[in-house]
Amino acid sequence: MSALLTVENLNVSYGAIKAVQNVNFTVHDNEIVSLIGANGAGKTTILRTISNLTKPTSGHINFQNQDILGMDSAKIVSSGIAQVPEGRRVFAGMTVQENLQLGAFTRDKGTNLKSEYALIYDQFPILKERRNQDAATLSGGEQQMLAMGRALMAKPKLLLLDEPSMGLAPLFIEKIFDIIKTVNAQGVTVLVIEQNANQALKIADRGYVLESGQITMTGTGAELLASDDVRKAYLGG
Amino acid sequence: MTLFIQQVIKGLMLGSVYALLALGYTMVYGIIKLINFAHGDIYMLGAYFGYFFIKVLHLNFFIALILAMAVSAVIGVLIEYIAYRPLRHSPRIAVLISVLGISFLLENGMTYLYGSDQRSFPQAIKTVQYHFYGIQVSNIQLIIAVTSVVLMLLLTYVVKRTKMGRAMRAVSADPDAATLMGININHTISFTFAIGSALAAAGGVLIGLYYNSIDPLMGMTPGLKAFVAAVLGGIGIIPGAAVGGWLIGILETMVQATSFSAYKDAVVYAMLIVILLIKPTGILGKNKREKV
Repeated sequence: MSALLTVENLNVSYGAIKAVQNVNFTVHDNEIVSLIGANGAGKTTILRTISNLTKPTSGHINFQNQDILGMDSAKIVSSGIAQVPEGRRVFAGMTVQENLQLGAFTRDKGTNLKSEYALIYDQFPILKERRNQDAATLSGGEQQMLAMGRALMAKPKLLLLDEPSMGLAPLFIEKIFDIIKTVNAQGVTVLVIEQNANQALKIADRGYVLESGQITMTGTGAELLASDDVRKAYLGG
Repeated sequence: MTLFIQQVIKGLMLGSVYALLALGYTMVYGIIKLINFAHGDIYMLGAYFGYFFIKVLHLNFFIALILAMAVSAVIGVLIEYIAYRPLRHSPRIAVLISVLGISFLLENGMTYLYGSDQRSFPQAIKTVQYHFYGIQVSNIQLIIAVTSVVLMLLLTYVVKRTKMGRAMRAVSADPDAATLMGININHTISFTFAIGSALAAAGGVLIGLYYNSIDPLMGMTPGLKAFVAAVLGGIGIIPGAAVGGWLIGILETMVQATSFSAYKDAVVYAMLIVILLIKPTGILGKNKREKV
């Protein structure tokens, strides 16, 4: 297995606050890697730094053996990294279809995207029903699906998911994690960050535990699920 | 009744120009959540460019109009680059001050270069009056109305149907999420300033043709009124700017037709206070509810 994404000695600060300290981790081809941790542990900061929404103080981020740190966000997307941000962040005032079209922005050169919408609509039938509806009128779970469909429209090699289960009904959470597995089986590598440690570790090949900006534990998903420390801290004993 | 219709026509014509200006305010606001207080001055510059192209280069009116729009678009992009971009992450008040600085620079720079006197705008198109059932309409009025509507339709097409238009709407809705789609925020903002400035310049050239006179401070009052129009329609909402522009145009002409004509500007500004008190989101504005 070769490394698709390598994060080395990453440090990110917001003023005097060190949000991420000396973080190292690797995501291999075709893996699902879960990064778990409490609120404020620095998970979102790490994903934002990978997508160049936040500037780090130091460190390296390599994707397919290329240093992508500080690279133009359009280049990051077209090199194969798509992110589903925390809170879905679908574009309100635009239709479901327009949201999907924006997902393919870096590839949208007047080409026909019809067959690609069809693929997404196959995977998320509810989006097809709602394709001409304003994205803001969708339920939370539907918005999560739209945000995922939108990210997949970029044809990513690596999909970054920030708290995909946040605020969703249990039934939807189950569904979302099923979809993550399906997407992974189709050849997309997944890095997911979650407070819902149980679900995230169940589907993960490997996981990392982040506490106060530092990685404190790592192992396979099953190992971490069985670990006493993880269970006490994140799974309610 | 004839008099009333006559005033409505005049109001719609004036309103079309306010609408063109208001569109620029609303688009820029939609994308960076700031009011471009140099917008009225771009309208003035547009009128001067039109004057130059017609009077000095003897170009056809419509070619002059298009060229004035193009040059003003470049100026708008430059203004954004100089006065907004370096302050992108500064407090809003800093940006406001820097833009007011640009506004003074343009007004006083033009006064310094070309004098503060009014210049007569060349009669590029000979005025012809038409009469229908006692109502008088000039070809100039028709040109203003038709040109404005064509430009608005063109804008609607760009915003709704093109890739750049989708990028504009995405940046306006959520800049961070737009970045994650690979949209270049800076290019999108530049594009928005270019379009807004081109529309303002079109307004300036059309008004020059109608009133036959231009001067370096001609943008101040229409700039403010168009701002009121944008707020009236709902700031950030493109169709709102058109609706607001026409309403303000009609309101102003109606007041002018009465014995209170001296208060025509005051009424428009009072309108701003009324909207802000009653419905700050404007006529087409909705109170946004966020779904989580």
